[in-house]
Amino acid sequence: MHIFPFVVVAWIVGVGLYGLVTSRHLVHQIVCLIVVQSSTYVLLLGVGYVSGAVAPYFYDIPLHTPAVDPVVQALALTDVVVEAAVTALLLSFAIQAHKRFGTLDPQELAELKG
Amino acid sequence: MDQLLALAVTVPLIVAAGISALNPLFRNQRRVLDSIAIVTAASVTAMLVVVMVRAAAGEQVYWFAGFRPSHGIAIGVDFAVDPLSAGLACMAALLVTASMVFSWRYFERVATYYHALMLTFLAGMVGFCLSGDIFDLFVWFELMGVSAYALTAYRPEERGPVQGALNFAITNSVGAYLSLSGIGLIYGRTGALNMAQIGRDVARHRPDGLVIVAFVLILTGLLIKSAIVPFHFWLADAHAVAPTPVCVLFSGVMVELGLYGIARVYWSMFGNGLGHRGTISSAFLALGLLTAIVGALFCFRERHLKRLLAFSTISHAGMFLVGLSWLTPLGLAGAAVYVVGHGLVKAALFLCVGIVLHRLGSVNETWLHGRGRRLPVTGVVFTLAALGLADLPPFATYLGKGWISGTGSARGMAWVAAVLIACSILVGGAVLRVAGGVFYGLGDPPAEDPEMAKGASEEKSETDEAKQRTPLTMIIPPAVLVLAAIAVGVMPHLGEVVQAAAIRFEDQNAYNAAVLYGAHVTHPAAVYRAESTNATLADVLSGAGSAFGGLVLAALALYWRRIPFLRRSSGPDLVLAGPVQRFQSGVVNDYITWVVIGVTCLGAALALSIR
Repeated sequence: MHIFPFVVVAWIVGVGLYGLVTSRHLVHQIVCLIVVQSSTYVLLLGVGYVSGAVAPYFYDIPLHTPAVDPVVQALALTDVVVEAAVTALLLSFAIQAHKRFGTLDPQELAELKG
Repeated sequence: MDQLLALAVTVPLIVAAGISALNPLFRNQRRVLDSIAIVTAASVTAMLVVVMVRAAAGEQVYWFAGFRPSHGIAIGVDFAVDPLSAGLACMAALLVTASMVFSWRYFERVATYYHALMLTFLAGMVGFCLSGDIFDLFVWFELMGVSAYALTAYRPEERGPVQGALNFAITNSVGAYLSLSGIGLIYGRTGALNMAQIGRDVARHRPDGLVIVAFVLILTGLLIKSAIVPFHFWLADAHAVAPTPVCVLFSGVMVELGLYGIARVYWSMFGNGLGHRGTISSAFLALGLLTAIVGALFCFRERHLKRLLAFSTISHAGMFLVGLSWLTPLGLAGAAVYVVGHGLVKAALFLCVGIVLHRLGSVNETWLHGRGRRLPVTGVVFTLAALGLADLPPFATYLGKGWISGTGSARGMAWVAAVLIACSILVGGAVLRVAGGVFYGLGDPPAEDPEMAKGASEEKSETDEAKQRTPLTMIIPPAVLVLAAIAVGVMPHLGEVVQAAAIRFEDQNAYNAAVLYGAHVTHPAAVYRAESTNATLADVLSGAGSAFGGLVLAALALYWRRIPFLRRSSGPDLVLAGPVQRFQSGVVNDYITWVVIGVTCLGAALALSIR
């Protein structure tokens, strides 16, 4: 397994978390959450690259061609579905927050202080 | 009859999909919907009781679509059930049933999606308990999470619920994605998603950086869900604003599911492979004690009843983690019994607060002072539940606490027991102070601080207007739950049964054999020696002592103005006001910062000591 995908993953997680911590706009913050999640796609697909694969990966193509593990693709698809649900819900909360508070700055939503 | 396992999650999911799809038919049929939801939740409870009884006779494994493992390689996806996981799932279903009965008269008008969300929430919790596959565990975790976020924002026309749901959803989602990264890493190492198979493969090599990072990442999502300091900030926000029947589930069982996840992941995947039991034990112990203390202190200074109960849940989550941290069957058995006892009394407390909100239209302790005298029955139930929360024998809580503290003392760490008793006194004192002040009008009437009065008027009732009577469907569920907590505490042979279940839970080899090779493990291998589980005098005394200490502390808190040397101080609960407002800022950016700090510290500590 190559180290490169893992470096990319760590970078994406770091960028996403930095955005989540510093964001001053809820929609931007939710997009940062999506960035954190997209690191998991890269990780899953990076992990799924198989060299020297045998039986389950090959049954109708020649051996020793580069191959990917179909399981991680299924995982990544499930992950996309989860993300769609969470993002839709969060964006609907953001709309409600804008209606109730008149702002989208998370630091100015002051209903639950203390 | 293994299909019963699959039915326990498919039935609520199908019913939820059905009532959502047939939404127009139910427009004016509120009672039909309520009945469908109650019957579904009750039948899931019944199914899980059967599953639990069967699991006590031997591990039950259900492979979906009959894809059984061949030569010890899992091909399909499984539900693997032991008595502890079935018991927790059963508890979740029971509490959903109780909340649905409570909701019968609680909401004036209720949208169809409330019932559908409660049922998907139930399915998520049950699936999380039963799953034997780590990726499925994540999917159930997310299903449970998404339903919970939506339920928190059940009243999106108010400001609090929207902000609470946002904080809850963002914090928990970050945790879930970090967990998923851990799952991806461990899949890259072992090529397996079945927990038993991962456990076997991880144990073949010495633990290296990748395994430790994966362990910490998977743990993070679960620690956030179980509200362990410093990952706990979302909990108080979500609890303060969610509808009361939903709070019952959050406190009573969802937080505990996070801890169950930690136990499951540790004992079926990493226990044998990681080794270094001492290090892991100390890490959990430190986190648990910190959580217990922080939660108890914040709980005592709180005046908002729902937030007060929320902080008490944080404190108890810490105590459960201390129970897990001993990594012995008796510690785990103590945590399990404590979870059940705490879940029952905490659910009863939240339901009583729901009645107070329904009848009196506020959850502010200062404003409510003495006004609860109109609710005598609720007062009795609340006081009993508060005593149960303070570990008074014969509530089940005292047994669980006794075993957890006893294990500590047996290791020469009696100070842990002392800290836990102090936390119980603080939490019990806070809740008993509420009971005395609100329901019996004891103590000096609190000074009407203008800020408090404002808080009282802002807290809107979840129903239309104050009602004249407490409906029976609202008072019976908490009363039954309190009685159930006593019944569990006096159940004969409880200790032996739960400890046997805990031994099985911690026996990773037996779990592997049962899941991967279909072995029928009736008697757990003697990897752990069974310890005495009889209720000792020390358990009874420490339980009664906590309850008595709680009463004394509650009396002090109610009458502190009459005590000469305390009169001039600013009051016992205001001392902590500064730190609380600084940390509990309600800004999600801060919460994520704490998550990052927490993960980094935990990861660094484990990596440095395990390598």
